[in-house]
Amino acid sequence: MGKALFDKIWDGHVIADLGNGFVLMHIDRLLLHDMSGGKALKEAIEKGYPPAQPRLTYGTPDHTMSTQPGRTEKTYAPGEPLILSMRETTSAYGIKLFDLGQDGQGIVHVMGPEQGLTLPGTTLVCGDSHTSTHGGMGALAFGIGSSELVHVIATQTMVQRKPKRLRASFEGALLSGVTAKDMILHLIGELGTAAGTGYSVEYAGSAVRSLPVEARLTLCNLTIEMGARTGMVAPDDTTYEYLAGRDYAPKGAMWDRAVAHWRTLPSDPDAEFDREHTIDMKNVAPQITWGTSPEHVIAVDRAIPDPSTGPEEKRGAWEAALRYQGLEPGKPIEGTKVDWVFIGSCTNSRISDLRAAATIVKGRHKADHVTAWVVPGSVRIKQEAEAEGLDRVFLEAGFEWREPGCSMCLASNGERVPPGKRSVSTSNRNFVGRQGPGARTHLASPAMAAAAAIKGAIADVRKI
Amino acid sequence: MDKFTKVTGVATPLMRQNVDTDLIIRIERLVDNVTREGLGPYCFEQIRFKPDGSEDPDCIFNQEPYRDAPIILSRENFGCGSSREGAVWALKGMGIKTVIAPYFGDIFNNNCFQNGILPVALPIAEIEQIADEMKASPGNARVTVDLENCTVVSPTGRVIPFQVDARRQHAMLNGLDDIAQTMSAKDKIEAWQTADKTARPWVWL
Repeated sequence: MGKALFDKIWDGHVIADLGNGFVLMHIDRLLLHDMSGGKALKEAIEKGYPPAQPRLTYGTPDHTMSTQPGRTEKTYAPGEPLILSMRETTSAYGIKLFDLGQDGQGIVHVMGPEQGLTLPGTTLVCGDSHTSTHGGMGALAFGIGSSELVHVIATQTMVQRKPKRLRASFEGALLSGVTAKDMILHLIGELGTAAGTGYSVEYAGSAVRSLPVEARLTLCNLTIEMGARTGMVAPDDTTYEYLAGRDYAPKGAMWDRAVAHWRTLPSDPDAEFDREHTIDMKNVAPQITWGTSPEHVIAVDRAIPDPSTGPEEKRGAWEAALRYQGLEPGKPIEGTKVDWVFIGSCTNSRISDLRAAATIVKGRHKADHVTAWVVPGSVRIKQEAEAEGLDRVFLEAGFEWREPGCSMCLASNGERVPPGKRSVSTSNRNFVGRQGPGARTHLASPAMAAAAAIKGAIADVRKI
Repeated sequence: MDKFTKVTGVATPLMRQNVDTDLIIRIERLVDNVTREGLGPYCFEQIRFKPDGSEDPDCIFNQEPYRDAPIILSRENFGCGSSREGAVWALKGMGIKTVIAPYFGDIFNNNCFQNGILPVALPIAEIEQIADEMKASPGNARVTVDLENCTVVSPTGRVIPFQVDARRQHAMLNGLDDIAQTMSAKDKIEAWQTADKTARPWVWL
């Protein structure tokens, strides 16, 4: 029997079989951010375990600082101690930090692939559930908690139990207005937020093969929103073209050796999966979430669901979600008035995302009652966008153009959607209070978010 | 890690699906200078308190006999979402020792075992029945979760078995430290790394 991509990487990293289905696994890359990085390093050191492999460890602040233009770590005072602690601990052990104001700083799941730190066939962990993003490069990447983080710092290994395998195949061409964000939201809508619990996911099919790397990163980013810790796309020429020449990618003869190895990684034709699901791209339209879970999602031209006609076991949750969101069942979702638009986050803050949004915004102006933010994912993306004049496009349309960070995706830096206000956001979670207490979030693609800012209401990007 | 052997007490029916870790603990509490042990008062703050900071009497955590209950009963996918271990620290700070749900978010599940909190997976029908037994009693109903025998005993004395990984059961019963265990395999780790530096030198920067 052939092996799946996931098994090839997993099996290649097993140091010891611990019995009862558990293995000790090597971790090739550890990424740290300010929410937990400094604290975890301190804890490891206090327990008597200095970082085992500082050269395989990289850090950048993204969660707890302001994204206001001209910001420093002091601009959002509550985050300053976390950033200072990360600076101190990484410097003491020679861990490379892409610090505030420096080249390379950005959202950890944006700057990792951008710098070439994320490589196909590697194991990569970070104390953040959206670490699955890096799977878009063909890495086995997953989010971990603080205790596991300390374990990796101390040992460069993890104790893990092998998950089952789910393959989601997207077949056909992307219809007009459809992006990777719509593909993954559609899949979560079909399978539910728990379909991936206990699984690793491989995204396959002709539509996935046709996606550029940045779109694959978006696809893998939301894997955790269907319950799976890790999602991946097999590396191919698209991956190698993206990676070649990046700062930390191998070079010269070493590059050739690496590519030869990476070419052996894609799933064998006879690889077996515990579950298979196929999506026909003819059925995937631009998506928008209506409720408080990513599975509460519909095509933008549909009506807000009616709990009384929904599945019985979900009725209570649907009713509560509609109450929180202030929406009426049966009404079209298009035209729902919007107060805030957020374009950013580890899901959708890359240069291709900003270009897609700018295409909609160019020559138009946001609606007067909307506050619209663009938060680029990294310093490099910000510079690239400015060189292309995208910042002018957004500023002239009345948007704010800000500094790189997680910002309003999770509001850990005090940047919040006010209570009761409705936001269309390119981020990954529409949970109760996620963007601030009482905030009402609708997840969508960058182009859809831009369209909402222009119209002042949830809008169908295909009609703009 | 704290040991867990057995707990007997009131079980709070928080019978909703997809209780995410954002709901359990707001992210800013993990930015603010609150210690792990100090997170209890903020656990589930979005449903325990009204916007003005006063207790919401409709929230089950504010009702007797559930106020100091060590057990939570819930529906599918408890602990989904963010990887924040602060969710487990907050539950612990609130006095929670074990959560019973049909299944849990994978990262939350791992985080529980790192902190001596036991996630117990039972079929939803069993959980609903335990919740009904709790609500039907005048306040003296108790649930027991026994890790050694892998059983839940309902208020009416029904004994319901559950499954747990043998490795994790052993670690939790004995309060073992994961890192110390891994360190005992240091030679194997180094041998693997030496071989890997030859096989995949591009990984080693």
